Amino acid sequence: MTTIAKKKKAVQMDPTDVVQDLLKKYPTKVARKRAKQIMVNEAEGASTPEMGANVRTIPGIITMRGCTYAGCKGVILGPTRDIVNITHGPIGCGFYSWLTRRNQTHAETDADENFMTYAFSTDMNENDIVFGGEKKLKQAIQEAYDLFHPKAIAVFSTCPVGLIGDDVHAVSKEMKAKLGINIFGFSCEGYKGVSQSAGHHIANNQIFKHVVGTEGEVKVGEFKINLLGEYNIGGDGFEIDRILDACGITVISTFSGNSTYEQFATAHTADLNTVMCHRSINYVAEMMETKYGIPWIKVNFIGAEATAKSLRKIAQYFDSPKLTERVEAVIAQEMPAVKEVMDDVRSRTEGKTAMLFVGGSRAHHYQELFNEIGMRTISAGYEFAHRDDYEGRHVIPEIKIDADSRNIEELEVEPCSENYNPRKTQEELKKLEESGFKFKEYAGMIPDMPNKSLVIDDLNQYEAEKLIEIMKPDIFCAGIKEKYSVQKLGIPLKQLHNYDIGGPYAGFKGAINFFTDIDRMVNSKVWSYMKAPWQENPELSATYAWE
Amino acid sequence: MKTVEPFVSTTNACKMCTPLGAAMAFKGLEGCVPFLHGSQGCATYMRRYIISHFREPMDIASSSLGEKDAVYGGKANLMQGLLNVIGKYKAPAVGIATTCLTETIGDDVPTILHEFKKECLADLNGEMPALIHCSTPSYGGSHMEGFHAAVRSMVAQLADPKTAKHRGINLFSGFVSPEDIRHLQDVFAHFGLPATLLPDYSETLDGPALEDYQNIPGGGTPLDAVRAMPGADASIEFGRTIKPERSAGAVLRDTYGVPLHSLGLPIGLRESDALFTTLETLAGCSAPRRYALERGQLLDAMVDGHKYVAGKKAIIYGEEDLVVGLTSFLSEIGIKPVLVASGGESGLLAEAVAAVTEEFPGDPPLVRDGVDFYQIVAEAEALEPDLIVGNSKGYRELARARNIPLIRVGFPIHDRFGSQRVLHLGYRGALNLYDLIVNALIEKKQEDSSVGYGYI
Repeated sequence: MTTIAKKKKAVQMDPTDVVQDLLKKYPTKVARKRAKQIMVNEAEGASTPEMGANVRTIPGIITMRGCTYAGCKGVILGPTRDIVNITHGPIGCGFYSWLTRRNQTHAETDADENFMTYAFSTDMNENDIVFGGEKKLKQAIQEAYDLFHPKAIAVFSTCPVGLIGDDVHAVSKEMKAKLGINIFGFSCEGYKGVSQSAGHHIANNQIFKHVVGTEGEVKVGEFKINLLGEYNIGGDGFEIDRILDACGITVISTFSGNSTYEQFATAHTADLNTVMCHRSINYVAEMMETKYGIPWIKVNFIGAEATAKSLRKIAQYFDSPKLTERVEAVIAQEMPAVKEVMDDVRSRTEGKTAMLFVGGSRAHHYQELFNEIGMRTISAGYEFAHRDDYEGRHVIPEIKIDADSRNIEELEVEPCSENYNPRKTQEELKKLEESGFKFKEYAGMIPDMPNKSLVIDDLNQYEAEKLIEIMKPDIFCAGIKEKYSVQKLGIPLKQLHNYDIGGPYAGFKGAINFFTDIDRMVNSKVWSYMKAPWQENPELSATYAWE
Repeated sequence: MKTVEPFVSTTNACKMCTPLGAAMAFKGLEGCVPFLHGSQGCATYMRRYIISHFREPMDIASSSLGEKDAVYGGKANLMQGLLNVIGKYKAPAVGIATTCLTETIGDDVPTILHEFKKECLADLNGEMPALIHCSTPSYGGSHMEGFHAAVRSMVAQLADPKTAKHRGINLFSGFVSPEDIRHLQDVFAHFGLPATLLPDYSETLDGPALEDYQNIPGGGTPLDAVRAMPGADASIEFGRTIKPERSAGAVLRDTYGVPLHSLGLPIGLRESDALFTTLETLAGCSAPRRYALERGQLLDAMVDGHKYVAGKKAIIYGEEDLVVGLTSFLSEIGIKPVLVASGGESGLLAEAVAAVTEEFPGDPPLVRDGVDFYQIVAEAEALEPDLIVGNSKGYRELARARNIPLIRVGFPIHDRFGSQRVLHLGYRGALNLYDLIVNALIEKKQEDSSVGYGYI
């Protein structure tokens, strides 16, 4: 039993000492393993060592990570409103992924289907484990079909499914033939892969295989894009859609915030893929380029400047003076309101420090917003990212494929005989590149981090407490699991998996929301009331029987 | 009576999985870290769920099995995980619950723990914490089976047969709120009865803001107090739907001869009367005046508020023990429970509901066990309820869809603040529920009125 006493902020901290401090309580083997995932960023001259990422969490270490099922069902298919999602397994997994705060959607009309408020499960019992659950799954699909007549049904495997040998793909295929609607399964058992990242991959592969390109053009527009890796957390997608709409850019599909089956099915009709969360979807962008000839670029709509930059990048790609003009007009119209709040908040937040441990891109994207109000990121890391998300895409060829990655199917993709259509000629691409335009480029988090900041992958509960004790940030960004322990350490925690009651934080209006929320949190007086005037020593520093 | 189509699948479940209940119960043992043997997602999902309700830290460790471990067995992960958790948290106890993954592959946890104790004692400098285990495959029941299994395991595995007789009382209060636990502790203290309440998460899941953070929160039932349970004067166990093989009180009665008083959850007048009667017998004295006063105040309120509640129809859902208590209470105050529903399937629900409603005139409520919200909503169509009593999960389809109030009780409550401070038990708990119900009905009446009445 340990108590962590609050210390005064250390004035001069050698980051190498902090790393040693984090590791010293671990057994040798664990320390050696964790040391590969904790790096001091060497921004000036020297190169930062290779970042350990996407490796298994050490048992018994309370991780922030979720499982493959969570990544597949919760993250990727969670925000799609008109696919009936059936969890094949015992009740827990389906229940816990039922309409979480992340899942927001705006159906266009009242007649549009929205199944996000439902949690469908085969609710397997002991009998099903012993004798197999395929029959029950078939019945569940039939029942869902009879009740709702959806366009599509998706089946998600939980841990026991793979172990008892239920074939969700065969059942899906059989029921698809019987019912005449699209039905597909996901082998996303929780134990597969090292984190939810494996689940994202499994989900995206199946959507690509079974849905993308199955319907013809529906939405028309002059400048048609797909928004990949944007999950509409806190309504981010609504704000991004508002801005793109104002610019005259048509979003054919979003993967997968506020999405529909039809959006996925017609995604191949867009002329540009824009990637928000590199981690969860860069492979889909690659596959779409190979199969349909759609180029992809990395964008970021988190941060007002980043939003403006991304809009300009899209305009540059389409190479239309009309679009450029409209984009500039939108930026000019939106920026003053952002600036006003930014400057005001900045007067109270300048020089404060932040830590971010979340996601596969978020811990990077949100540094932009903190920079805009003068806050420095002293430590950051991802929960489930891979090396390229830290170091940039140039390391991809060097990444060793381990057993866990081999588990995930790599789709063989070739140009589609019907729909392959290079959106730009070789000359056009070359011209764009020569003018400094970068396709499929992501340099990762590390180059944007301050010198001597700490980059830590898969931070756990113990390290979080240690890090806060030593470095005393003014705010810590993670999820609800970390929230209350961090706040009991006297540091406000901003949730960034969902945004708690806040958001959206994307785009221009989102930036204003974020600045206001952070101002409220880091400048709260509550922490100064912790000790009552009549308390010599604060309550509950008592010793316990086992000490 | 209208019957609802039986479905094979479950849509919008009215139950959670077994390991969640076990983790909750383990959190009520002093210094205990709950540990799930399975895939890491289980711990993550359940932490998130429990944290949303309590707004408190809830650490659950995991053995984080991967595909290889799922094939070859999870022993190495379990042993390494235990070493890490014990080493870093200096935990005096670890509560290990299995999951569907490790139950399906057939990991033999007791044997692994036996080997762990032998092999790893030196690694832990000769200090082996208490390791409690329970089997909680999520395909075997609901979170309540997991809760009871963990409580029973703590008792069975920690009880010291050599304990000397003492005049303490063991109290198994079930899945109640931290506020309920605090109230029960006060009641016992006022009776002068030393009580060991298990599990006591009144502080571990409702802790103060501290100057010094503790990564294992203070509070919880002391380990030594659980060890001494066989010497107690008697055990009291709440819950009319606990099967004997799930009962912790039954272990102590059958193994050590500790008399067991099985009572319903003391919700409402009569079930609280049963508790106070038992306490008078055990303490050998009459109830302190404050409880006579509280009981009187409850009755006074029941008279004053009768005009607002009489004849109203209610749908009640949640854990079986909880809904039995709520049904008993609502019947007493003149509300007609028209449907009593639970995702649990102990098989004892109908009988328990009949026992608490038989003295009231009119048709008994419909009782549905093993149901989901899809079925509850379908039943509700014909029943025309005036209010709903249950957790947050019935808000959208039951309360909002019908524009009727939802009185939030039980678990999970993630759309209101202060869930850990909802008092359900005793005369005072009944008064609290009574106020909530009356005020919800008044508010509904006021809001539906075209006149802005300030007196209702």
